[in-house]
Parts: sequence; C-alpha cells; structure tokens
Amino acid sequence: MKNCFVAAAVAATMIMGATAPVQADTPPNMLVIANRIDDIKTFDPAESFEFAGADVSRNVYEKLVNFDPLDLEAGYQPQLAESWEISEDGMTITFTMAEGHTFASGNPVTAKDAEFSLRRAVQLNKTPSFILTQFGFTPENVEETIVATDDKTLVLTLDKPYALSFVLNCLTATIGGIVDMETVMANEVDGDMGNAWLRTNTAGSGPYKVVDWKPSESVLMDLNPNYHGDEPAMQRVIVQHIQESATQRLQLERGDIDVARNLSPEDVAGLEGVEGVKIVDELRGRLMYFAANQKKEMLADPKVIEALKLATDYEGMSGSFLKGQYTVHQAFLPRTFLGALDETPFTFDMEAAKAALAESDHPDCGPIKISVRDAQERLDIAQSLQNTWGQLGCEIELIVGTGAQTLDRYRAREHDIYLGAWGPDYPDPNTNAGTFAFNPDNSDEAGATGLLAWRNAWDIPEMSEETLAAVVENDTDARREMYIELQREHQQVSPFGIMFQQIEQNGMGASVENFVAGGATTAVSYWVITK
Amino acid sequence: MADQNANQTGGRLGPPVPLWARKSLATVATVAATLLGLLFVTFMIGRVMPIDPVLAVIGERATQEQYDATFRELGLDQPLLVQFGIYVGDVLQGEFGKSIRTGQEVTTDIARVFPATLELATLGTLIGVILGVPLGVLAAVRRGSWIDQVARFVGLIGYSMPIFWLGLVGLLIFYGILGWVAGPGRLGIFYQGIVEPITGMILVDAALRGEWTVFRNAFSHIILPAALLGYYSLAYISRMTRSFMLEQLNSEYVTTARVKGLSERHVIWGHAFRNIRIQLVTVIALAYANLLEGSVLTEIIFAWPGLGSYITTSLLANDMNSVLGGTIVIGTIFVGINIFSDLLYRFFDPRAK
Repeated sequence: MKNCFVAAAVAATMIMGATAPVQADTPPNMLVIANRIDDIKTFDPAESFEFAGADVSRNVYEKLVNFDPLDLEAGYQPQLAESWEISEDGMTITFTMAEGHTFASGNPVTAKDAEFSLRRAVQLNKTPSFILTQFGFTPENVEETIVATDDKTLVLTLDKPYALSFVLNCLTATIGGIVDMETVMANEVDGDMGNAWLRTNTAGSGPYKVVDWKPSESVLMDLNPNYHGDEPAMQRVIVQHIQESATQRLQLERGDIDVARNLSPEDVAGLEGVEGVKIVDELRGRLMYFAANQKKEMLADPKVIEALKLATDYEGMSGSFLKGQYTVHQAFLPRTFLGALDETPFTFDMEAAKAALAESDHPDCGPIKISVRDAQERLDIAQSLQNTWGQLGCEIELIVGTGAQTLDRYRAREHDIYLGAWGPDYPDPNTNAGTFAFNPDNSDEAGATGLLAWRNAWDIPEMSEETLAAVVENDTDARREMYIELQREHQQVSPFGIMFQQIEQNGMGASVENFVAGGATTAVSYWVITK
Repeated sequence: MADQNANQTGGRLGPPVPLWARKSLATVATVAATLLGLLFVTFMIGRVMPIDPVLAVIGERATQEQYDATFRELGLDQPLLVQFGIYVGDVLQGEFGKSIRTGQEVTTDIARVFPATLELATLGTLIGVILGVPLGVLAAVRRGSWIDQVARFVGLIGYSMPIFWLGLVGLLIFYGILGWVAGPGRLGIFYQGIVEPITGMILVDAALRGEWTVFRNAFSHIILPAALLGYYSLAYISRMTRSFMLEQLNSEYVTTARVKGLSERHVIWGHAFRNIRIQLVTVIALAYANLLEGSVLTEIIFAWPGLGSYITTSLLANDMNSVLGGTIVIGTIFVGINIFSDLLYRFFDPRAK
C-alpha cells in the first residue's frame, strides 16, 4: 500500500522531469510578442476599433498617407498616394496613386481599390465610420464624393473646406486601410461587402498578412510576398495572448518571447539589471482624467472644481504606484500631438484647495461618488482622490463596477465624478478637442453620448464654436495656436481634471531594435524591427 | 367513475412500455427541464444586469443612430419572454448566435476552448485520483501516524492556499528557475500547426497522428497546470477517501474479517475499499465536473485558452451569447456526469439496479 503511493509519487516526479523542454531563444527572423489581445473582434479596417486590432491592421494594410515609424514626429507621409492637391475652395482633394504597390493576392493597388475601401467604410456604418463621415460623406453620397476617376486618381469631395492636415490625419487611422476590392468582393455574402470574411481574414498590401488567428489566444502573421517596400527582417510575427504580467516577465527572462507588452511596474522594476533584457519607454496617447457631472449642483460650482483639481496629488501618484506608467499631463491633447500643451497649472496644494472651496457656495463640500471601473491603476487613483479630497471635508464614496457598468452610468449622465481614460481615435487634435471641448447641444434629447462634454452636461456653445473653427484652419501654425489657447481655457474652466498621460513600458530582448509601439499617434510597426 | 375506469384501462390497451424506456424518457425530460431552467435563469440574469449589451457590441464612441440600429438588430426591442423564446428556438436548431467579443459563432468558439479544458481537467483529475485515493487509504489505515499527518497537511494546504499564488510560484520554480516544464500556452511556437486537429485535444491528436515530438511538447506545457489542478483534486479526494475508509475500518465486519484471519491487504482492498467505491465515484465525479467547469485563475496564469476564462471574459464584456452557450455546456457536463455516476452506482452496487 505504502509502496504503491510512493511509487506513484516518484513516477509523477519522473514525468515532470522527463518533460524538460529544450531551452532555445526565438529564431532571428521571427518576432514573438506577449500581449493582451483579447479585445480583437475583427480585422476589417472598416470595423476594427480596438488597440490590439489596430496593431494588426497597421502591419497588414497600407493607407493613402501614413506615418513613418522611425520618424513619427514628421507626421503623415505619402504611402499609397504619392501626392495630393487641394482645390482652391478647399473642398476637393485629388490624390495621385503611387506605382508598384501590390496586395498579398498579387492584385495591383489602384485608385479603384481606394475608392471601394473608403466607400465601404462609410456604407457599412460601423463604429469608426464617424472618422470619415465627419467630412460629409454619407452612404447616399459616396458615389459622388469618393470617386476614382481612373486607376491612378482618387478625388475626395468634402462638405466644408476642412484643414488639409485634419483630413489627411484621419486617413492614417485604421479605417483608412485600403483593401483588395477583387478579393474582398469575391467573399461577399448577402451584400455585406466582404465584412464577415474580413473579420477573420486580411486582404491588404502591407508588409504582413494574417495567416492564423485564434481569438484570445494568438495571431500569426507572415510576410506579404508582394510587399512593395524593403523586405522586413522579421519574416514571421507571433503575438500570444498572455494576460498576466508576471507570466510575461518569466517568458521574457527565459527567452521564450522577444517583447512583453503588459508589464506591471513591479515586474519592470524586477527586470532592471537582468542580463539580456531591456525596458523601452514610449509616450502613448491615453489620458487619465476625472470629470464632474454639471447636472450636480455642487459640482457645477467652478470653485468646487478648482478645489478638487488643487487637492489632487498628481506628483505623488505618478511618483509612486503609477511610476513609469503615467506622467503628469493636464491638457486634453497628448504630448506629441499638434498643438499639445505642456503646461501643468495645478499642483497638489491643500491650502489653496481649501481656500478655493471656502470661496465656493459649498464650503463644507458634501457627499461625492466617484464612478470607477475595477482596474487596479484606476482603483489606486480613486483611493488617492478619496484620501486627498476627503481632507477637504468631502465625503467620498467609490462606486466600483465593471467597465461596462461604469460606462453605462457615464453615458446616462448619472455619475457624480467619473474616473476614466481616453485614447485618441485618430492622430489629429480634433479627436480630443471634438469630445472634451465640443458640445453644441447640451439637452438630454440630443443624446450625444459620444461627446465627453455632453456626458458631463457641460454646456459650452462658445467653446464648441472655437473647436469647429480649428478644424477648418488651413494654416498649420495658426491651427496649433488655436488648440493651445483652447486647452489653456479648458484647463481653467472645464469640469475635466486631466491628470496623466500614459507611458508604455515594453520589456524586450536586448538585441531587439526599432520596436516602436506607435507613440501617441499610431500603432505598432513590426516591419522595421531587427534583432 | 366509468370514464375513470375507461381511462385506466385505456393505458393497458397498447403494448406495455418497457421499464427502461420509461426511465429513459423520464431522464430525458429531467435533463431537458434542467437545461431549459438553467438557460432561463442565465438569460434573465444577463438581461436584467445593469449593463447595456448594445455598448458591448458597438463600443462607447458609437453614434445614437448606430446604437439604435444595433439595439433592434439584437432584438432588444422585443419583450423579454419573446427574446427568450427566439433564443431557445435558435438553440434547438443548433444556432447559438455569434460572440460579440470574438466575432465568431459561439459553437466555433466553444469547439475551440472546450477541448483545452477537457484535456486539462482530465489529466488533473487523473493525477488527483492516482495520488489522492492511495494517500487517503494510507492515511486511514495508519491513522495518527506521520503519514496521516502528512495527508491531512497536504489536504489543508490544498484547501487553503490561493491557486493564483500557487500557480505563479509553480511557474517560477518549474519553468523560470528549473526549466523542467514549458511555459504558458498549450504548445510551443515551433510546434503549432503541425498536427491536424481531430478532437481538439492536442495530446490525443498528436498521439493519434503519431507526432510524438508534438506530444512531448504539449505534455511539457500541460503537466504543470494539470499538476496544480490535480493537487487541488488530490486534497479533496484524499480527505474524503480517508474519511470514508475510517468509517469502514471501524465497522464490525472488518473486525470479523480480521478475526477470521484474512490478510490486512485483503481486508483493506477486498472489503473496506470495496464498500466506499460508490461514495468515491460521487466525489471524483464532482471533482472532475468542477475542473471541467474551468479553473479561471489557472487558465489565466498559464494562458490556457479554456472554457472558464472564456465564460468569465464574456460575462465581463456582457457577451451573453457566449455566456449562454458556455452555460449550456457546463449544465450538460454536470447532468452527464450525474447520469454517468448513476450508471456506475448500478455497476458497483447490484441493489441500485
């Protein structure tokens, strides 16, 4: 009996030993990444609107104009369009297509493909379609407003003379990806313009093509054999869904992956000094902010808001539990965006905060509920606010929920304070100005749930006009100044307390070079990576 | 009265329905009612949760027009009972709908994640049974000895240690430091795509295809999470086995057997253990069902794409089609294992027939 048990235990131990895998680094022409990719729902550029989806799309689809990953600050550059002209009235943009670009299928990229791709993005009317429809394109008028006059020429007709930079920046977004019309339409089902097929397949002219996707498990990309540019060093890219930071760290230390993209501050600190591993910091576009619902009487008092902004310990948070992950930033445009404002007028000053509160109509403060989702970094921030705002005499209650629950309350304008994050939808200043500083109709009936200013019932007809004026300013320097002024005003009068901008800390093998996660403006670019 | 008699005799007019057929029909009816009830409760909970299912589909940036279109597309403008009726009608035709999280058919998703869970749970249960039953018997036979103390300590640790912590420590030691096992996931990157799936269980498929290098790699990936789950099963099974055995060993028939001069081995295995088999079947079946339900934390730590994390992630994203599909699978598992246990009862105990 006893022997039986011992034998079983010994056998189990031997089995464990016998499974010892061969230790090997990843091959030199293969990039293996650990990332959280369970947000990918679709690869269709007309529909994809998630971070991990954008990472895939950027490497699979080319656009009329795009960012050079090694020089993001240069802004949009020619890609499928070699040049463009704008008409005198500023309402027509004519693109001339570049030669030599070919889809993975072998079909050449023509203006007809660009026409088809942009038209279908408008006609399918999926969530990101607003990036294009804001220029006046509708499913009804695209046949007149998005037109390929021949294989080399694409003409876009806008409903207003928008700033050229605004239009072109929008075309660098995922929705601007040009798909292979012939391949896509060969897979059309029930008039869906290939939408169902493109959810799980790709048909682009970018450096890579997706060859396998297992949702919440992995994405496998191989080289597009017909890619127009220089052959990328990484011939195969595998992105594995690894939820846990500690697991990603172990894999990186063992050499089983090249890049770990979701390391916690503790694991980043733990990797310091580890041989063969490096940490690369990159400023991203995500902002962390709190917003006060102006339907609540106390929170509509500007002095109360000022007191809350002054009673927020920005440096304390960014220097402790957010260290390395977020940097203090207090304007609605992320750094590196056109017109970004670096000024941080608010610092933690309890005396000034108490003085501002004393000047308000609510010197004793009162009960405030902070809606926050159950993510660790947000809970940490909420607890810090609970502590410091509590010192003002406010009774702070945290309402913790899932992302969906918290968002529901926010969109229904039922919150007191919402603590959340916001990332740009496209790399133009209007992406954030158009939501933080734009709310032309504050009525409940307007239902403008997509606008952050509306969600907080912040009635700003004049500032909305200023925001609109900035999108039609064609002088880039003047446009920059307009956004800077807009943000200065916003910082002082808005119910938004913008606190931090995200820093992404990626752990990677020491030999990995040119890993660019995309900065604040775009997504990751695998084709320039070497190791 | 005459009518009642007619009714009573009317049943005897046709050929008598065999007992097995009546029992089978009753079982089928019970299973159907159980699954329908489970579906109804899950469906209603999903609908009354304070989360907007439309936002889960279209995201927070969508316009009101897109919101309204999706609201109608999901059938949310219909009364709740009508929505449920439509859903059940679809399910009866094998249509579980699409997952809003993965964009794929729920059946496709479950066909992908369930074999991963089945493989892991089966191996975990095997480890738990192979080690747990002898340990429990030994602890009962040597009651109060150091072996008994060890068995109780193992059980206590198994019950009280957080699986998340134990998983990370296991990964650190056996993968990070010793390098005895492979890391997270089901298969190394060099081995993916080699074996054409048959069952979806990589170990089984690799064995069936004769791809032993793939089998070895898959085994090196599964052994640590399976051992971890097996340890938790072991803790439960050994504790229950010990308890059942102690009860038998204190019985008079055991004393009688010993007085009659039977060997200790014969007394323990031929008499005492023989009488705890039915109880053990229940314990093992429950342990197995729990593992099949999916061990979310283990799956997260080991990046194991199983049913537990699929349902949990879907629930958090308000992807109710996926949750309902997963619920049906879990309900079927529990019902199936119960039926299987009943059949084993009859095998082990003729009185149950």
